[in-house]
Amino acid sequence: MSQLVILPILIPLFSSMLILFAKMLNHKTQQTLSFLALFFLNVVNIMALFAVLKNHTLVYQMGNWIAPYGITFVLDYLSVTMLLVTSILSLGSLWYGVKLKIDGDGVNFHVLFQLLIFGINGAFLTGDVFNLFVFFEVLLLSSYALALHGNGKLRVRFGMHYMVINLVGSTLFLFAVGALYGILGTLNIADMALKVSQLTPDNQGVVASAGLLLLLVFGLKAAMFPLYFWLPGTYANTSAPVAAMFAIMTKIGIYSIIRVHGTIFGDLAGELSYYYIPWILGLGIVTLILSTVGIMSAKNLKTQVAYFVLSSAATLQISIGINSPIALSSTIFYLIQSTFVAAGFFLLSDTLTILRGEYKDYIKSSPIFKKRVYIGSIFFAYAIAITGMPPLSGFLAKSMILYAGLESSHMSLIYSSILITSFFMIISLTRAGSTIFYNVIEDKKHLEKNVTKSTIHPIIYFLITSVLMVLFANYITAFTDKISTQIFDVKGYIQSVLGVSL
Amino acid sequence: MEILIALSIGILTGGGIFLTLKSRIFSVVLGLMMLSYAVNLFLFSMGRLSINKAAILKDGVQNYADPLPQALVLTAIVISFGMTAFLIVLSLRAKKELGSDHIDGQVDTKNGDKN
Repeated sequence: MSQLVILPILIPLFSSMLILFAKMLNHKTQQTLSFLALFFLNVVNIMALFAVLKNHTLVYQMGNWIAPYGITFVLDYLSVTMLLVTSILSLGSLWYGVKLKIDGDGVNFHVLFQLLIFGINGAFLTGDVFNLFVFFEVLLLSSYALALHGNGKLRVRFGMHYMVINLVGSTLFLFAVGALYGILGTLNIADMALKVSQLTPDNQGVVASAGLLLLLVFGLKAAMFPLYFWLPGTYANTSAPVAAMFAIMTKIGIYSIIRVHGTIFGDLAGELSYYYIPWILGLGIVTLILSTVGIMSAKNLKTQVAYFVLSSAATLQISIGINSPIALSSTIFYLIQSTFVAAGFFLLSDTLTILRGEYKDYIKSSPIFKKRVYIGSIFFAYAIAITGMPPLSGFLAKSMILYAGLESSHMSLIYSSILITSFFMIISLTRAGSTIFYNVIEDKKHLEKNVTKSTIHPIIYFLITSVLMVLFANYITAFTDKISTQIFDVKGYIQSVLGVSL
Repeated sequence: MEILIALSIGILTGGGIFLTLKSRIFSVVLGLMMLSYAVNLFLFSMGRLSINKAAILKDGVQNYADPLPQALVLTAIVISFGMTAFLIVLSLRAKKELGSDHIDGQVDTKNGDKN
């Protein structure tokens, strides 16, 4: 049995302990260790990618307990993609945090950062619903602490909201898991899928409602309507590297829906097969429309970017709601690119906040500030990428989702919601960009604040991923096609995890 | 026994939701604690309510109690314990920084709500 599967969980866990002890030495050692850990994590993830390309699915039975009894970790195409996205994202976020010395604002930034990655990686790898809950709690607890990193009244206020709603979510998660266990008698996702296929009709109602309760919990993570109100405030008011890192947090909800619901209530589930799809499609469309209203009404750039994160999560919900292999493939493509672009945009708006001094990131005119042309050009590129205009990756991803929507029975609804909201997003970003960069107050004294060139490197790093995703789109879509084939092959998943032949 | 358990879960959940929806941090913390007690009872009862069943492996015993819900409850208790501790620390800090124990950080006014 290959130990490779467990490494992405162990590396951040042990490095967080190491960094905690390195506090006795100095801050520099903590930074070095944190970067080293992320470097190793990236190397391991790339190794995992090659292992998956060779073997398709790697199953790791914790402590060699056989599948339905022990905890299983599953490394397949989808989880390895999510792992890679996380490690690439965390490298960029940490880079920016260290460059601007944001990591020095509190004592244990690096420890919490590694623990957050530990929780995220665990959630992506586990094949057990209760273990998923535990990893959710790990990542949430470190995210509560990270959201409060640094100072500020607003940070505490919105951190409080974020924590309370997620605690309620955790309770609901336990209710759902308990109800599912009460009927199915197992918590292993593959075994649950098997048991659901043999369900007697009188138990279907309970399982269906427990499944919807679980969808509610994942919907809370994925900021689905009406559970998104915590997101804009929390994301807009936390420190920049944390906000960038949080770009993956909504995607964890999306991933869990694909993994848990897609497997348990997949093709084999008989009458319950894909019964949750109408909910996610409908709520996704509502979320998309409301997030666009938020984008248009935002008074500062960070709030606007937070609403863009929301809109990307909503687009992902819609494209899961189309429910076909092509749609799922484009979902993954959109997921990867929107994570990087949103993270980069958060960093960009933070740099802008520094440069504009007292004018911060409010969408209103300010005197001429330093690096206006440089930052403005990057802003332009990001605006193109995030609204989905050619030639950057957002366009490709959105057009792939629209192409997949052609086969859906709700085609007109999907097309009109995505296209009209995209149009309004373009208008609002045009307004924000022209107000901030063109409509400057010329007769006032120029703003003096400046940042070093190297501050902007992490922002460009995220932009490059968007460009690379366009250049290598053919290879990436070939890979995402493999992901969606594997997800829809529930039988194959059960066979490889439980080791039985159906 | 079933009715008693069901009633306790129901009352705890109802009270928990009611308190969570209040606007003061202290009631919210209490509400979340009640919710976590409710879910612990619920998880426990998911192993089916039974009497006179062996909990430990023994020769010649046929009927066993389901051990998994107990393990789940234990995990859930530990997690909710840690979360509550963190939440209390956070609310103390919020009280200090925002100058109010209102969940939205509003400063008290004379005719403010008295929840």
